Amino acid sequence: MTDATFRPRAHQSALLLRGGRVLDPASGTDEVLDVLVRDGNVVEVGAGLTAEVGAGLTAEVGAGLTADDTEILDCDGLWVTPGFVDLHTHLREPGFEDAEDIASGSAAGAAGGYTALCPMANTDPVCDAAAVAESVWRRGSEIGLVDLFPVGAITKGLRGEELAEFGELRHSAAKVDFFSDDGKPVADSLVMRRALQYAGAFDAVICNHSEDPDLTAEAQMNEGAVSSVLGLPGWPHEAEEIMIARDLILAEGLGARLHVPHVTTAGAVELIRAAKARGVHVTAEVTPHHLSLRDHLIDGYDPVLKVNPPLRTDTDVQALRAALADGTIDCVATDHAPHAPEHKDQEWEHAPCGMLGLETAFAVVNTELVLAGLLDPLTAIARLTTGPAGVRDVAGHGGAIAAGREAHLTVLDPEVRWTVDGRGLHSKARNTPFHGADLVGRPVHTLLRGRFTLRDGKVQA
Amino acid sequence: MKPLANLISIEDLDTDQVVGILDTAEQLLPIADRRRNSVPTLRGRVVCNLFLEDSTRTRISFDLAAKRMSAEVINFSGKGSSVSKGESFKDTALTLDAMGVDCVVVRSGSSGAPLQLSRYLEVPILNAGDGWHQHPTQALLDVFTMRRHLGDLAGRHVVVCGDVLHSRVARSEVQALRLLGARVTLVAPPTLLPPAPESWGAEVAGDLDAVLPDADVVYLLRVQRERMHRAFFPSSREYARFWGLDADRLARLPDHAIVMHPGPMNRGVEITADVADSDRSVIVEQVTNGIAIRMACLYLLLSGDTEGAEVTP
Repeated sequence: MTDATFRPRAHQSALLLRGGRVLDPASGTDEVLDVLVRDGNVVEVGAGLTAEVGAGLTAEVGAGLTADDTEILDCDGLWVTPGFVDLHTHLREPGFEDAEDIASGSAAGAAGGYTALCPMANTDPVCDAAAVAESVWRRGSEIGLVDLFPVGAITKGLRGEELAEFGELRHSAAKVDFFSDDGKPVADSLVMRRALQYAGAFDAVICNHSEDPDLTAEAQMNEGAVSSVLGLPGWPHEAEEIMIARDLILAEGLGARLHVPHVTTAGAVELIRAAKARGVHVTAEVTPHHLSLRDHLIDGYDPVLKVNPPLRTDTDVQALRAALADGTIDCVATDHAPHAPEHKDQEWEHAPCGMLGLETAFAVVNTELVLAGLLDPLTAIARLTTGPAGVRDVAGHGGAIAAGREAHLTVLDPEVRWTVDGRGLHSKARNTPFHGADLVGRPVHTLLRGRFTLRDGKVQA
Repeated sequence: MKPLANLISIEDLDTDQVVGILDTAEQLLPIADRRRNSVPTLRGRVVCNLFLEDSTRTRISFDLAAKRMSAEVINFSGKGSSVSKGESFKDTALTLDAMGVDCVVVRSGSSGAPLQLSRYLEVPILNAGDGWHQHPTQALLDVFTMRRHLGDLAGRHVVVCGDVLHSRVARSEVQALRLLGARVTLVAPPTLLPPAPESWGAEVAGDLDAVLPDADVVYLLRVQRERMHRAFFPSSREYARFWGLDADRLARLPDHAIVMHPGPMNRGVEITADVADSDRSVIVEQVTNGIAIRMACLYLLLSGDTEGAEVTP
């Protein structure tokens, strides 16, 4: 089977994104420019473009719709960026469609400004075989709202014992080059070492959940003053740091590629910073919720705040923000984890871990980091685009906005204020920790190969 | 005192409310204590004991407290998560609400469950113990017992010794004692102390012998023998030697000091039999006082009275 079979058709006419602030991290561009898109590709980027540029058209800018169907999209006051890339998404299909499916998750992605998602392997069946990865990838293509880059399991059945077929997955239509057992750490150091070694044969990246399971046997939330008073078993920061330290040492010894998912502690940041300084081939991600929420919020035992790894302290949040700014952490990844309400409406102890993220990620980063002066807009966009695109192959998503490249673009309103309503999101689930929060900034349009997947804030099904 | 809407955590109370509950219990004690007819104070009211974790002692204590005031009592029990029985936690709450009970006494192995339930229920919730979090009526009956023996607790020194980490009693106890102005020292093997114990506002000591001469109360917590299998401590024998209260240690206490335990005791581990049965032990008295405290809490939650009980026995 070929890729083309299921690729959505590109937009056939021309589109001029006029007068937006183009934030293109790949080229370092941050200026008001026009972007002309035709036949699914960027045709030209420049100041004062008319629709005739690059296409021999005779349109006059300002007419709204030109004689030969070149649409003019007024982007005054908006940011034009590469489409966002999420390295860590749970779409729950196959197997857990009560919480999310590829259609609803893709819609959430488009609404969040994403053009590429990496659905995690902890489905049922587990994505440890080429057939599963291909079915997920193909379903994503049929829906056509985002491109999917499935994550393969490191071990069969996520059991931490035998390696999944990296080669079969790599050479499947889904082209899987990124492997993770998601929330299950590869606890056995020998299995982890072999996974790192073997992945080298296929130019693949290993992403290991950073948690020493012995230290978190009963854990319910971050260990500290808050867990102490709430009487919830603590999740020590050492559990995360020990696993990261082990994996960094293994990767360094082998010269292997390691990606550290959802970093949450100040100590983990230091480990990664030091490893990068030594030249270890490591990349790292942080979630919007770990950048913005702290463990003291749990005082009401609202299970929507239960997440793995857990919300940490303010010291950790500050360290994560600094690490994202200085590049120690390469990217923001959502760990979008939908759960059906009946599963979250349980005693804290019994509720599953995870929170929604796709539709609030930009707003959280913008509100908590950009408007707070901790990240400039170009760097913030880099962490949502070039950052993740540098971790694995996402077929040009998150890359430069330049002539000849596929038009995966996001147009953002950086100033609009909105109140998050969990019931108003595109996900099937409602477990957003930001329900009721007033955030600033939201995607207005999302373009996948030049076609609107989000237009004026509405997902284009 | 400010009226009580729920009783979920001692943290939610102010000093005035704690004193109000203790004073009400003082008035109700003759009824709690007597083995004869009840009073009609809560006639027609329905109290539901929702016990999601087994606890025969606590359930019987609440049962008696409600019945001595003529309330009707219904029991709703189930082990573990209600979801494991095919009914969601939320549905359990909505069902009780729809059945028209007047008060829910909830016991759960899950920290926070009573607070979560209170978001679904209109009627008052009384926490009968949740996970490692809180056991407010235990703390209230304990400070009630201390007050009856020592008078005003301001400036008094209470040593709480044992498995503090896993203890809902300890968390509630420290908060209640602090509201009444007492000083608390936690003594435990380091493995059985909670993280960041300073956040509790208590002192921490490793050496039980060193703190005994200065104690007005020694409050011993139950230590489960199973803990040694998870490497919290090596053996019951070693635990008893360093953190158990025996006759030698009892002799180090000032003459007026009392010995308390929330029950059930592990005789021979945290307390020796002769100490448990000595005249310094008020452990049996705690049980009787528990009925009075639970009567007071039910009365204040259900009657809306804020001036304390005016009950004619």
